[in-house]
Amino acid sequence: MEGLFIQTLVSGLLIGFLYALIAVGLTMIFGMMDIVNFAHGDYLMVAMYFSFWCFALFGMDPLYSLPAVTLLLFGLGILTYYLLIKPIINAPMLSQIFVTFGVLIFLRGLATFLWKVDYRMIPQTVLSGNIHLGDVYIGIPQLTAAAGAIICNGLVLWFLKKTRLGMALEAVAEDKEAARLMGINSDRMFALAWGIGIATVGVAGALLTSFYYVFPEVGANFGLIAFVVVALGGFGSVTGAFAAGIIVGLVEVLSGFLIGPQFKFMFVLVLYLGVVFIRPQGLLGKK
Amino acid sequence: MKKGIIVLIIFLGALAAFPLVYQDPFPRHMLIMIMLYAAMGIGWNIIGGYTGQVSFGNAAFFGVGAYATAILLVNYGISPWLGMIVGCFFSVALAIIVGYPCFRLQGHYFAIATIAVGEIMLLVFTNWEYAGAAVGIYMPILPESFINFEFHTSKLPYYYIILVIFVAALGVSHLVERSRLGYYCRAIKEDTDGARSLGINIQRYKMIAFSISAVITSICGTFYAQYVLYIHPTSTMDLMMSIQLCIICLIGGLGKLYGPVIGAFVFIPMTELTRVYLGSEGQGVDLMIYSMLIIILAIWRPQGLWAIFTRGTAK
Repeated sequence: MEGLFIQTLVSGLLIGFLYALIAVGLTMIFGMMDIVNFAHGDYLMVAMYFSFWCFALFGMDPLYSLPAVTLLLFGLGILTYYLLIKPIINAPMLSQIFVTFGVLIFLRGLATFLWKVDYRMIPQTVLSGNIHLGDVYIGIPQLTAAAGAIICNGLVLWFLKKTRLGMALEAVAEDKEAARLMGINSDRMFALAWGIGIATVGVAGALLTSFYYVFPEVGANFGLIAFVVVALGGFGSVTGAFAAGIIVGLVEVLSGFLIGPQFKFMFVLVLYLGVVFIRPQGLLGKK
Repeated sequence: MKKGIIVLIIFLGALAAFPLVYQDPFPRHMLIMIMLYAAMGIGWNIIGGYTGQVSFGNAAFFGVGAYATAILLVNYGISPWLGMIVGCFFSVALAIIVGYPCFRLQGHYFAIATIAVGEIMLLVFTNWEYAGAAVGIYMPILPESFINFEFHTSKLPYYYIILVIFVAALGVSHLVERSRLGYYCRAIKEDTDGARSLGINIQRYKMIAFSISAVITSICGTFYAQYVLYIHPTSTMDLMMSIQLCIICLIGGLGKLYGPVIGAFVFIPMTELTRVYLGSEGQGVDLMIYSMLIIILAIWRPQGLWAIFTRGTAK
């Protein structure tokens, strides 16, 4: 019983890191330009399909195709910004919501049309296997995903806080006009934020493909979890998303363990509602 | 304005006469679905269009209406008409319970909170044994009668019932638009802080608008349960349904009386026909087509199609 409990905690922690990685792009884009990308989870789906087809067609392991997926999603993010987001950057909130929702529906429709609703999974990857620590089994793909998520989130944080480009990005988020007077092109910064934001979800998708099914609706649940993580951590807060990702991962597995797996997602949502009702700006968000 | 009334009378007259002229079941079914979604769209428009609170949880009211009716009929043999009233009661209760905390959130925060509420409702009903869990509820087949709200030989009675519901919803929306409530709602949408500074009780009017929206949607849920005679959680409470209601309003025109009507007349045939003609090979194409329409409308014409029809005649 105790071993099982520790096992549960460990798997919650591992998936929590991945949730944080999925959410970090969402929170970055929101923090910069006050736009919620409702299609965030569906970019994850696109990344997962890309990884899957790299394996199915070329026998390329998801781990090796990861750089290509990341680059592809980076480009997709920039394309999305110039094509769809730039025209509505000053539009009413409703227009912004509908555009990103439109992207969500489009990507799901496209995936359903091209690849049908079948669940697909890569049977054997270079990461398959378990590590045995006492009573606790840790899946190597899950461990790799968690490690990848920590590294990737660390890189994003380092980029935002320590590099000139990252600081320029934060400056635009802080005050667009003042940043412009300093010679920062806000348009390019927004595009960069979309590129990085979508690229991080690409990394998450590539890591996830090693141990999770791919299907057209796969983004729905992960997307919703990303919103919960972002809202819980505070919109725009990267460190908040990191903390919230772990909390959500733990709440999910613990409620699944103690109450029943069918209710685990419900408790995550209840926790989220509880937090935003008491603290609308989230745990680490600015008012 | 007078021209508008004449057009409306001709339109409703044509709707009433349609099934008498065309006897085929498919067009009747199509119009029933159009009117059902138009009525729900009108319900969504009151909270989302006039008041500007984007609710992605309205399908929950539809589900509550459908389930209240089904549970009362199956377990206690209570007429669906009473079930309809009970459903409305529960929907308003839900609107108040959900609205009270959620309406303190603004913009995106409110939208995401309503998604969470909708998903919680879906999960509750999917796991609730008493309500049939994931399998759902089959309605008992009763003799055809108005009181039983079941008609097996023809869709005609269903057609006229939904026509009445649709016209009633339109009437309620018209009253809201013209009343003090409607002005308050639009003030809240345009400038919440400004409205508050003028002494408008923001919370209260959002709640009233949400409750009216809930009642209309719940009645539609009852109708759906009796029309299809089988309900399950994903057919009545799916997030996609809530999204479709918003889309219908966006296509027609947000916060416009006839917006959801135009939206439903464009949207429902579009999805039904692409589904029929493309078959299983074209699965997903309907989603692609209407998502492109939404994106184009949201970017270039956020006022919806209504604005195109009335360009030059009204502001």
